[in-house]
This record gives sequence, structure tokens and C-alpha cells, in this order.
Amino acid sequence: MDKGKAVMGSGRRWAVDFTDNSAAPSSRDFPDPPGFSRVSQDQDDSTVTKQKKDAEANWKAQKAWEVAQAPFKNLLMMGFMMWMAGNTVHLFSIGITFSALWQPISALQGVGKVFEPYKDSKVDLIGPKLLFIALNLGGLALGIWKLNTLGLLPTHASDWVSSLPPAQEVEYSGGGIPLH
Amino acid sequence: MAIRVFLISLLFLSTTITTFSLYEDQVGLMDWHQQYIGKVKDAVFHTQKTGRKRVVVSTEENVIASLDLRHGEIFWRHVLGSNDAIDRIDIALGKYVITLSSEGSILRAWNLPDGQMVWESFLKGPNHSKSLLLVPTSLKVDKDNVIIVFGKGGLHAVSSIHGEILWQKDFAAESFEVQHVIQPLGSDIIYVVGFVGSSQFNVYQMNAKNGELLKHESAALSGGFSGEVSLVSSNTLVMLDSTGSTLITVNFHNGEINFQKTDISDLIKESLGMATILPSKLAGMFALKTTTFMIFIRVTDEGKLEVVDKINHVTAVSDALSFSEGQQAFALVEHYNNDIYLTVKLGQEWNSDLLKESIKLDDQRGLVHKVFINNYIRTDRSHGFRALIVMEDHSLLLLQQGEIVWCREDGLASVIDATTSELPVEKEGVSVAKVEENLFEWLKGHILKIKGTLMLASPEEVVNIQAMRLKSSEKSKMTRDHNGFRKLLIVLTKSGKVFALHTGDGRIVWSLLLNSLRKSETCENPTGLNLYQWRVPHHHAMDENPSVLVVGRCRSNSDAPGVLSFVDTYTGKELGSSSLVHSVVQVILLPFTDSNEQRLHLLIDAKQRAHLYPKNPEAVGIFQREFSNIYWYSVEADDGIIKGHVLKDNCIGEVSDEYCFETKEIWSIVFPLESEKIITTVTRKLNEVVHTQAKVIADQDVMYKYISKNLLFVVTVAPKATGGIGSATPEESWLVAYLIDSVTGRILHRMTHHGSHGPVHAVFSENWVVYHYFNLRAHRYEMSVIEIFDQSRADNKDVWKLVLGKHNLTSPISSYSRLEVITKSQSYFFTHSVKAIAVTSTAKGITSKQLLIGTVGDQVLALDKRFLDPRRSINPTQAEKEEGMIPLTDSLPIIPQSYVTHSLKVEGLRGIVTVPAKLESTALVFVYGVDLFFTRLAPSRTYDSLTEDFSYALLLMTIVALVVAIFVTWILSEKKELRDKWR
Repeated sequence: MDKGKAVMGSGRRWAVDFTDNSAAPSSRDFPDPPGFSRVSQDQDDSTVTKQKKDAEANWKAQKAWEVAQAPFKNLLMMGFMMWMAGNTVHLFSIGITFSALWQPISALQGVGKVFEPYKDSKVDLIGPKLLFIALNLGGLALGIWKLNTLGLLPTHASDWVSSLPPAQEVEYSGGGIPLH
Repeated sequence: MAIRVFLISLLFLSTTITTFSLYEDQVGLMDWHQQYIGKVKDAVFHTQKTGRKRVVVSTEENVIASLDLRHGEIFWRHVLGSNDAIDRIDIALGKYVITLSSEGSILRAWNLPDGQMVWESFLKGPNHSKSLLLVPTSLKVDKDNVIIVFGKGGLHAVSSIHGEILWQKDFAAESFEVQHVIQPLGSDIIYVVGFVGSSQFNVYQMNAKNGELLKHESAALSGGFSGEVSLVSSNTLVMLDSTGSTLITVNFHNGEINFQKTDISDLIKESLGMATILPSKLAGMFALKTTTFMIFIRVTDEGKLEVVDKINHVTAVSDALSFSEGQQAFALVEHYNNDIYLTVKLGQEWNSDLLKESIKLDDQRGLVHKVFINNYIRTDRSHGFRALIVMEDHSLLLLQQGEIVWCREDGLASVIDATTSELPVEKEGVSVAKVEENLFEWLKGHILKIKGTLMLASPEEVVNIQAMRLKSSEKSKMTRDHNGFRKLLIVLTKSGKVFALHTGDGRIVWSLLLNSLRKSETCENPTGLNLYQWRVPHHHAMDENPSVLVVGRCRSNSDAPGVLSFVDTYTGKELGSSSLVHSVVQVILLPFTDSNEQRLHLLIDAKQRAHLYPKNPEAVGIFQREFSNIYWYSVEADDGIIKGHVLKDNCIGEVSDEYCFETKEIWSIVFPLESEKIITTVTRKLNEVVHTQAKVIADQDVMYKYISKNLLFVVTVAPKATGGIGSATPEESWLVAYLIDSVTGRILHRMTHHGSHGPVHAVFSENWVVYHYFNLRAHRYEMSVIEIFDQSRADNKDVWKLVLGKHNLTSPISSYSRLEVITKSQSYFFTHSVKAIAVTSTAKGITSKQLLIGTVGDQVLALDKRFLDPRRSINPTQAEKEEGMIPLTDSLPIIPQSYVTHSLKVEGLRGIVTVPAKLESTALVFVYGVDLFFTRLAPSRTYDSLTEDFSYALLLMTIVALVVAIFVTWILSEKKELRDKWR
């Protein structure tokens, strides 16, 4: 494994760049081949780079939206799983519910990281981020809703009083039928 | 359709209800059972070959039993009903034990070897009389041995083969009181002697063959008679006259009655005080007992009286026993300090003792009350004697050759009250525990156990495993355990003896015959009443020993002075005792302790004054602080009044001290005597722990239980219906159940069951009462449940308020506050009649409860409280089903596996005591009657501990094996990787 990594990674010894982007013909020792017009290329050069950058930004923005929408599929999937798990408390339903709770939370924690590759001065990431957060919050809500349907949330009075000790009595009384 | 529904519900029940039955090999692991017979009244030795090694006894607990003379074990035993007291026993034909019981009205014959009943006959007669049984050896009517019985005012001759009454002669008309029935050896004549009034002496001479009256003589006796009439020979009687100073000898030979009077002062020079004639049958003699000594007086043939001997310290004399040709012997027992002297004397020659033995007894047995002797022939053909003695503490001992062969603690057959005490904490170095087995033994035991669980053990090994489990030293250690299973059961018996039994194996740890509950000049007829936990050290005073308080009374009437005794439960020593100047009719345990952890008790006397114990200033201080909040109530069942009282101020008068308080009546409930009679009152147990005040019902709804220690449950019945089943018609019998607040006297609930009557047994726990009674209309027993809920707290349902703690659920409540309760109740049929009901109690009160029902068959049945839930309905909703509610059925199921006593019987069952163990899931149950039974119960199974037979060794070995496996595979994988790297 290590060997392969070394080959693929930084261990590049030499490289040939066949593209020639230089604009000044004077820098060359040999004339341009007949019929080759350097001008046209030179003309386009700035526009091309600009176009390219735009395309990249577009692509990044598109990708960011895609990433932002990814939890939606997850949401549907979770919903299906929850529906499958049923409403009784057992190992499977508890596992599903807790993963449904855990996934959005961990995703929310790593919002910055998820959108790191698409960071660009030209790309507006707030929209996708908000969508991402919203969808994950939706997932979280789904998880909590599931928790509630399982009856694991203390939303009833009974959950708060079931271990309340009996109140003390002020008076004390004893007696009965005379001993015999 | 109904059958199908029933079957389905049965199926449903059988799947949902967990039964708590035992496996066969679990019997005896955590339960023990002890059989007793009670204080022996009469004993008959058997001399013929078949039963030579046995003695047949009848006891005050109405038991007839055959005991093994070698070890004192019970061969067979029958416990007759509590109203079927045994009057006389004898042996007929050498193979039947004859018992006469129920004041001479039932005669039964039992097969001697195995105790099967052979026949039973009922003797009818118009009135009560002394009952006498005579089994002549040689009297025959048509080749049939006859048993002569005097009972119910008539003389009956009964065939000993089939129990048929051959003839009968009534003496009822003449208001004749029989004293003796005599059949002179070898003749066909029976003499019946007795009195009419107290002065007319009558002799009836009868033909034994057909009951024909041959002769009737009567003579007036000028001085009258008193006490026992002693039969000296077949035609001579001796009695005391009504002044107790003159002995009268009566000779009725050949139909002539001769009186002869002798002043006691002529015989004995000293003054005697009150003298009584002993009932013992001695040949030609009788014994006169005074307070200090005993005089033996011989009656000569001419009717002259001669003093034979005067002996001090004699406590018991046996009947005469004829052992060889015309020789008669009897035994007498004398006490010197701790030793007893057993003397067997020949009837004819006073000075020759056949036997004189001294036996050392342990000092907790008191005096000898009765002695029975039996002879045997030694290997050198001389006569040997063995004596069966009954002691003051009701124990039974067999003495032979100067030694105690065996001893039975039969006082335990008459337990009055029981409580528990903790054992000492195990300390380093001073452990009372037995030495643990060594490691090898331990390992061997565990390997055996593993074999057992893996089903590899051979049959012998299985037996070994079982024996090991049964006598594991763990359960009988004398120290406290983690689970709180090991405790001391302190029981007070009728004889005034206190026993401490170990809960592990039921052995007697110590016993103490309380001196304060023994007969003395100041206290003629003391009886023990109750037992209370006086000191239970837990917080401070840890180094003090726990102690119990025994409350007694000098006479049986309620204004007799009381007796208190304090007993240390570790050492079994009496810490102190006091005979009180006041009487004790009521003992109220207060929920306070002083700095010595002594619980404050309030003793109410017959004049309704309260006396505070312990008598120290600190206790008074604590008491004064709570003075105005302490109430007491009295139930006067005969007058049909329940009264509430409050404490006033210190007493004035002869008994005034700062520990005595006057009380005053503040309320009373008067039941109309012509329509209601109080028969049962029940309150909650003082030490019961309730975990929560809320009851969560279906759909997460909450109901608040009305939990009060001051609730009193009272049952009254129509006065006509108190006489038992059959005494009233359904129209004129009813039963009313009341729930009364004993502080304010407010009746919280009242319910009438028409056509029902007692006896009523009830149990009160948490917020519910369960009671058992008879329904005349349905001809079945019924059980009802009442649950009480507090409606004034019901609006505490806002979650936010509860979250923020803004509720009044934990504030102290007063009985005087506005009260709104609702009750729910339901009734069910129940198959058995009941002797006692109790409920399991656990340490924290979380575990669900079981009712423990002592059935008429002397067994204990555990019934889940869930069956007695007033919210049960025929078609429970889904939510209710989830809650575990059982669909309503008209009768309570009796599941054979839920008998706590499994195959055993607790004969004469009287009480069930439950004590919580430290382990929340488990309750300890002690059942007493003539027998004792103890077991552990886990109403919701032992959810908080591993089972007893859990193999720790197997777990340990598995873990070790896994660890080894991990290491081995790790090493192997390391090696493999290294090899791979080199390749």
C-alpha cells in the first residue's frame, strides 16, 4: 500500500507539459508552423480563463446545491426505515431512532467541512448551507418525533410524577381492638 | 360460545401470567418447614410388639401424633379442628388409637401403625358433662371388645371393631355429674360414680354387657366436696371437702356407701395452706399438693389414711404403671436448681426406689409439668424405665438411663406473634461465621455444578450437588448478607418463651423463657400478648444491639397489670423487665426514635390513659414536640363504638408521673347494635414502604393514590349473621365495609354487600383493601377490592408546572384538609375459605404485590394483586392491555403452581408474616400455625439478581478461555505477519 501511495503522490520525478500557453513568439527559437495563427489564441486567452473560472464556479455552486440536497434522500430513507421499525420499543426501533438522531447532529457539526471544497469567492454558499441545515434539522425533528411515538419523551404528567414519593402526613394515629 | 370465550381467556391467561412455581430440585433451597405438635396433654405408650418403639400423644393444639421413641420424630400426625379438642386418648385391641374429642361427643379410632382413621362415631346427648374414656382389656360382648365412654351426659358402650354404639344409658335427667367410671378387673360390672349437686354422692352399678342398671345407691355427703376426686382403688375414692381441710374417703363396696372423714391436721402437724389432690392415678395412694410440698398418703384396706412421705420440690407425678405381676410403679420429678431428679417408686413399697436419676437440663425449660413413664426389659431381664416429660416451655423430652434421649421444642406450635431482627454485621477477625471450606473443596464443588449444568453428571453426582446446595454454609451464617435474606425470626410462644430462628435453615439460635411471663405470686396467670421491635439500630447507635419488647399481662382480663420485657436479639438475654402498675389494652408504636434508636411506644391502659415508653426525658422531649399531632382510637366491638381520642395533659392521681398522659375523646362512631356488629378492623402495616403516590394508567394518564397511614377499614355484619354460615337467610344478612379516617373520624367510604356474611379476612396496603367473605346468595366465597384515589390532586396534570416543580404533591397533608376521594371497587368469586391474608412487602415498594392467602387446606396461595384490580373490564382496550390489565373474569383463578407452600402443609395455619429483604425484588414470608414454614418470594421474579444456581465458575472459565484464545491468536497472527514480511 505504502509503495503505491508514494508512486501516486508526491513522488513525481519528471513531467512534460505539451500545452504551450505562452503568447510571445519571440521567446521561441523556431518560427511558428505555416497556417498557425497565434493571434486567435492570444485573443481568446483572457476570455477563456474567465469562462473557465465561471464554469468552475458554476460547477461548484451546482455541486454545493447537490450536497445541500443530499440529506433529503437520507430523510426519505430514514422515514421509510422508521415506518418499517414500527412503534414498539425494541432493539431495532431504538437503533434506527438513535441513528436518525445522530446523523443530523453529526452532519450539522460538520457543516463547514462539507462545503469546504466548494468554497469560492464567487460562489454564494449561504443558500446551500441553509438548505443543508434545514434538511438536517428536519431529519432531527423526524428522529425526535419517532422518539415521541415510541413514548420515550417525558411529555406527559405521568413521566414527572411516577416516582414522586407519597406526601408526609401531619397527624399520626394508632390503636385498634384492645389486645386480648 | 361462553365455553369458547372461557377457553380463549384461559389460553390468554396462561400465556400472560407468569407463575412462580419451583422446580423439584429447588425445594428446600430457600424454604424450610418444621412440624410440631404442641404441649402434650396425654401420652400412651404402646407395649405390644407392633408399636413398641412408639408413643401416642394428644396435645393442647388438638393434635394426635405417634412419635418415634428413638429420635422423637413424628410417625404420623393428625391435627383436629380448633373446636375439636381432644379429651382422652387410649389404645384398644393393641392396634387402634381411640380418641374422644369435642367434649365427649366424637369418638374416633385410628390405626396405630399408619394413623389411618378406622372408624368414627358421634355420641349424642343432651348436655355437657365431663368426658371419660375407659378401654377395658377383658370386657367382651359377643366376642367384641367394648369401649366405655361417658360423654354428653350419658354412658355409651362402643364396639371397638367398627365403632357402633352397642348400648347407651342416659344420666342427663338427674343432673348427675360424673366423676369416675370404674370397671373392676375381670367382672362384668361397671360402676359410675358422681355427684348430684355438690353433696349427694351416687353410685350406679351397671351390667357391662347390655347397659342394664343393676343397682343405684346414693348417700348425702354433709360437707360437700371440692376439687379432684381421686380413685385410690376400684372401690375407694378420696376427695377434699368444700373447706379444703378434711379428707373424705368413700368406700362403695357391694352397693354400700361408707364415708370416712379425716382432718388433714390429724395427719400432718404443719399448716398446709391450700391443699389440692393431684389427679394422678396411684395404686392405693393419692398425692396431696400444697404450695411448698407434696404429701403421699396411703389408704389402707380398712379405709385408714397413713402419710407415707412428704417431699419438697416435687412438681410432677405420673400415673401408676403396672409392669409385671401385680407390681405397680410411678414416677415423680423433683427440681433442685437446674437439675431434675426422676424417681420411679414401687407402689407397694415406698422406700425402695426402682430408679433414681439426676438429669441436667438447660435452664430455659422451666419446671416439669407432666411426666409419663413406660417400662422396658433390659438385656439382663431387669426392668428399665423411660420417662416422657413435658416442660413449662411446652417442650417434650424423653429421659432414659439418666440422659435426655431427645427433645422436641413443641412450644413453637403455639406462636403468638413474630417479628424479625437483623443479624450482626460481619467484622474482620470476630466473624461468627463458620470456617469456609478450602479452595480445593470450593473448586471441586463448582466443577460438580458445571457438570450438572452441562448435563454430564452421573446420578450420584446429581444427588451430591443437591445435598451441597441444600446445606450450603452461606445461608446459615450468623452474619448479615448483602441481600438481606439472613435474619433472625423472633417468635413469642404461648408458654412465654421467646425463640430466635435463623431464616436460612430454621434452626433455633437462642431461646429464652421469660421470667416475667412465668407464674409467680404477684402474677398468677401471665400471658404474652405481643412482640414489638424496640430498637432497630441503623444510623447512630450502630454498636448497640437490636432488641425487642414483649408485652404481657398478668391475668386474662383487660384491666390486669401489664408486664414488659426487653430482650437483646443478638445474645438472647433479657435486658430488663418491669411489671407495670397500669394495665395494657393497646400498644401504639410512634414513628419516632430517641438518640439510642429506641422506638417510642404509647401504652394505653384500661382507664384510657397513655403511658410513654421508654421512660427517659429525651423521649418526653420528642413526644412533646409532636404532642398535638398524636391521636389514638379504640374499637369497642361489643358496644359497636369506635372512638377517637386526643392527648390532653399529664395524669393526676395515684400513677401520676411525667410519662403518663390523660386523653380525651374527640369523636365517636356508633353503629346501631341491632343491625351492625363490628367483626373485623384492619389498618396498614406501619413499616410498609410506598414508592410512589401516582398510579399511571393507560394512555399515560395519572391517578393519585390516597395514601394515608391513618385509614381504618372496618367491617360490620348483621348481628344475626355472626353465627356462621347457615345462621341467617340471605335477606337478613348483610355486610358493610367502611373506610374511616382515624384522626378525624370521617367516613370516607361505605359499601354494603347484601346477602353476605363473615367471617371476614382483610388486608390493607398502599391505597387498597382486599377482603374475603361469604356470599349467601351465590353460595360462594367472594373477595372484594377497594382502591382509594385522591381527587383533590387530580388536576396536577400540567407538564410545565411539574417540570418547574410548581405543584403541591410533596407538601405535607393533613387529615383536616378538604378531602375529595373517589373509590373504585370490584368483587370476584373465590373458591377457598380463608384462614389468613397477607401481602408481600418489599424494601422500596417498587415491586408489584402478591396477596398471600392462607387457605383452609393449610396452604399458602400467592395471588397477583393484578387479579384484584377494580379497573379490570371484560374487554380491555389496547392501551389497557399494554398496561398489563387482565380481562375481567367472575372468579379468581387458582393456579396450582402458585402455592407458596408447594406440596407442604402448615397445619393449623394462624398467621402469615412478610418482611422485606434488602433486595428490592424479594420478600421473606414466614407462616406459622402448628407447623412453621419460611420461604422467599419474588413477586416480579428476581429481576435484580442472578439466580441462585448461576454458575460463576462457568462464567469465569469462559472469560479465561476467551482471554487465552485472544492471546494465542494474537501471537499466531504476529508470527504470520512476520513471515509474510520476510517473503
